Amino acid sequence: MIEAYGLTKRYGAKTAVYNLTFQVRPGAVTGFLGPNGSGKSTTMRMILGLDTPTSGQVTVGGHAFKGLPNAPRQVGALLDAKAVHGGRSARNHLLSLAQLSGIPTRRVDEVLGVVGLQEVGKKRSKGFSLGMGQRLGIAAALLGDPQVLLFDEPVNGLDPEGILWVRNLMKRLASEGRTVFVSSHLMSEMAQTADHLIVIGRGQLMADMSVNEFITRNSVGFARVRTPEGEPEQQEKLTAVLQEAGGQPQPEGDGALRVTGLPLPHISDLAHHAGVRLWELSPHQASLEEAYMRMTQGSVDYRSTVDERAGLQQQMPGGPLPGQQMPGGLPGTPMPGQHMPGAPVPGPPMPGGPVPGQQMPAQQGGWAPPPPPPQDAPNPYARAEGGDAR
Amino acid sequence: MAHVSRVLKSEWTKVRSVRSTLWTLVASVVVTVGLGAMICTLTQSEFSRMSTRSQLTFDPTYTAFAGMSLGQLAMIAFGVLVVSAEYGTGMIRSSLTAVPQRGTFLLCKVLVAGLLVLVVGMVTSFATFFLGQALLGDHGTNIGEPGVLRAVLGGGLYMTLIMLFSLGFTFVMRSPLLAFAILMPWFFLVANILGSVSATKKFAQYLPDQAGGTVMSVVPDSLDRPYGPWGGLLIMVAWTAVALLAGYVVLKKRDA
Repeated sequence: MIEAYGLTKRYGAKTAVYNLTFQVRPGAVTGFLGPNGSGKSTTMRMILGLDTPTSGQVTVGGHAFKGLPNAPRQVGALLDAKAVHGGRSARNHLLSLAQLSGIPTRRVDEVLGVVGLQEVGKKRSKGFSLGMGQRLGIAAALLGDPQVLLFDEPVNGLDPEGILWVRNLMKRLASEGRTVFVSSHLMSEMAQTADHLIVIGRGQLMADMSVNEFITRNSVGFARVRTPEGEPEQQEKLTAVLQEAGGQPQPEGDGALRVTGLPLPHISDLAHHAGVRLWELSPHQASLEEAYMRMTQGSVDYRSTVDERAGLQQQMPGGPLPGQQMPGGLPGTPMPGQHMPGAPVPGPPMPGGPVPGQQMPAQQGGWAPPPPPPQDAPNPYARAEGGDAR
Repeated sequence: MAHVSRVLKSEWTKVRSVRSTLWTLVASVVVTVGLGAMICTLTQSEFSRMSTRSQLTFDPTYTAFAGMSLGQLAMIAFGVLVVSAEYGTGMIRSSLTAVPQRGTFLLCKVLVAGLLVLVVGMVTSFATFFLGQALLGDHGTNIGEPGVLRAVLGGGLYMTLIMLFSLGFTFVMRSPLLAFAILMPWFFLVANILGSVSATKKFAQYLPDQAGGTVMSVVPDSLDRPYGPWGGLLIMVAWTAVALLAGYVVLKKRDA
């Protein structure tokens, strides 16, 4: 059991962690989620007594870490896979840690086997891949067979097989009644591993709940509505009607509409009254990743700007400009309407950047499910073209 | 002060399992003994051409230890590396997670590194002394003469102290780059220059290496210092204690 009360850490003017209060319970994998730089590692270091909190406190099993009797037998941690002396062999690295905690030498060979490094135990860790380094770090955490385990980004650099292995390891450790606290910036990873979630953004607690509850609370349901292909006026009509009724229809890449704010039966009624036939009307839940992104949107420290590639783009030699080709370029597919640019974009993404990307509604963020075509490709011609379409 | 023996064992594993330990210690022995031997050979052949004053205050023991000025740099490197191996790699977090009692951690590092270097330093000191005297021939001295055994033992202590000073200093600096960049030029050049220039000599003779070095001299007139050989070593002990104490305070106070 890890308990934090009002945990705060300031580095000069920058507050890395602010007023965090949470509990990590035994018998479950607790995911610790937040974007890069949100204070996850700082929090973990404070739990381990490496950093002193500016205010507040954190205890493990009721004790401050420094006061824990025989801490390494109770708490195991993987903080940084690279935190190994490259010139020392994996086995000697673990041996020095084992001796620190009074753990018998034979345990070192055991954990090397557990993480699958028995073959390279005598090799200097300098030559290890990132994945092997992670395994070595996990081995170090397991050494003391501790009841409380902390892992900071354990799947970084692992191959799919390794990720699966870590996932199962975490679950197994939790099922043995241990406290497992795993940080990650990947919601999708946590969704498959964790039972409970603690989400922080900019050092502040944003959510502390079970994974299922997190999904229910944070994911907004939406309806996918598809009108008959080849009849764009049907879709336009429906869009107008839905907007009038207070819904927010947004075109999706494949020609369907994503409607939020209206229950499904109501959409059906509206379509019926408007005389619009529907080929599809289906309920959907936003994915966990989307919920997480929405929650932490305001608290991302490092956001990239669009690469304008100003002056770097070369014109295609001869022929019409790619952007201009678009409207007539895909015969047999419905044309984008006047204000409904839900143009389907089959085939390879055109270098000119197709029109729909331009009109991506702002509130949708950058994560509409169908991987968006190169919407951000800032081709000046495509931009001009998009303007014409309006 | 829990589990000191465990931490000692672990520190020993850390020290013996990296190659830098072997390299720095071997370099220190080879350079000290080799350079000492070279200078003794030169002195032996040039002795008749030296001034009378130089001949009268000639200190065969101190001459044998001439290689120490370069050999100590390897010891400094060892002291820096023992600590920076923790900070440079991030291993310090694993270590301090396992030993939350930071005082114990530092003490055990000091003990393991100190004892190892004491042994190596003593071996070096005796080797360089005996080889030097053999090469000096008639101008040499022997271990039974007054003050000579003290000087030879002092040579081993000197090496240990300079290493511990660097170790403590690196705990303050926490970065191998900073520690090397300050310690190496300081002990190789700056301290020696300050010690030779008459204007700064008064203060420079209290610097750790300048003061500690007197313990290796047998003929006090050759150095002209206001303190004796043991007094000089004591000054160096004080410096080392301060460095280690400062290292301890930084280790205790700062986030790892």
